[in-house]
Amino acid sequence: MKFGVITFPGSNCDHDAYWAAQQVSGQKAAFLWHESHDLENCDAIIVPGGFSYGDYLRTGAIAKFSPVMESVRKFAASGGLVLGICNGFQILCESGLLPGALLRNVGLKFICKPVHLRVENADTPFTSACHKGEVLTIPIAHMEGNYFCDESTLAELQRERRIVFRYSNAEGEITAQANPNGSLDNIAGICNAGRNILGMMPHPERASAPELGCVEGLRIFESLATALATK
Amino acid sequence: MKAYVYVSLKKSVLDPQGKTIQGALKKMGYKGLEDVRQGKYFEISLGDGLDRTEAEAEVGRIAREVLTNPVIEEYRFSLED
Repeated sequence: MKFGVITFPGSNCDHDAYWAAQQVSGQKAAFLWHESHDLENCDAIIVPGGFSYGDYLRTGAIAKFSPVMESVRKFAASGGLVLGICNGFQILCESGLLPGALLRNVGLKFICKPVHLRVENADTPFTSACHKGEVLTIPIAHMEGNYFCDESTLAELQRERRIVFRYSNAEGEITAQANPNGSLDNIAGICNAGRNILGMMPHPERASAPELGCVEGLRIFESLATALATK
Repeated sequence: MKAYVYVSLKKSVLDPQGKTIQGALKKMGYKGLEDVRQGKYFEISLGDGLDRTEAEAEVGRIAREVLTNPVIEEYRFSLED
């Protein structure tokens, strides 16, 4: 089992994601450079957080044209597991691998704080170590995390149970107050119809060790490791 | 030839920056304001190799495929000799 973590110019969560992946995979992870098409036989790909290409034009707008993303598209089309975190989520949306877009936060501020997430669907390769309805505490750190899509797409996401995480309060209630950035329907993470691509704004890699104050993010990586082990 | 491309958020998408600017302008006493939308502006210089029809097609493609995200944005552009 080998995790591949993509590095774009401006990625800054690639090392954290690499470390978290190593914890669950028995030390097997690789950095994949954006200019290469080679996914180095990795079994799961992580598109990490940061500011790929300086967030120029739009978040993720330049990254989607990079050689490595061509390979990720093919990898995903053949059922490969792809996890996009924060800027990675923005890149997956720009690439058309996930529907919708991430707009500027409603409050126009960069928000960096732990938030509560309710697990809406534990029946995915990314959340099998969680329970439906469970509340996880994982930090967010973004300026453009305000999830937007049109009404028919939202209805489709709801109908197909593709909303995987929603911002909630500590009790797991979905409230306007618990929504940090104005996201439609308190959406914090969604998956594709095939359940093999997940995008999420919160940073599970930043909640993956006791020293970081929280370990609940590690569950996403453990779920992935389980999915790969049983594949 | 030069192309001037304007990109803005679709009317159905909330523009918090435009709203903030509008609020500030109102507070400063500017009159008659109904709405402010913020967008992006691109100036693209084109070489002599393209005639007007080709330039229109090429700039349209650039605007559609790169400069805008069709989920949230729309564009318009003009050409100048």
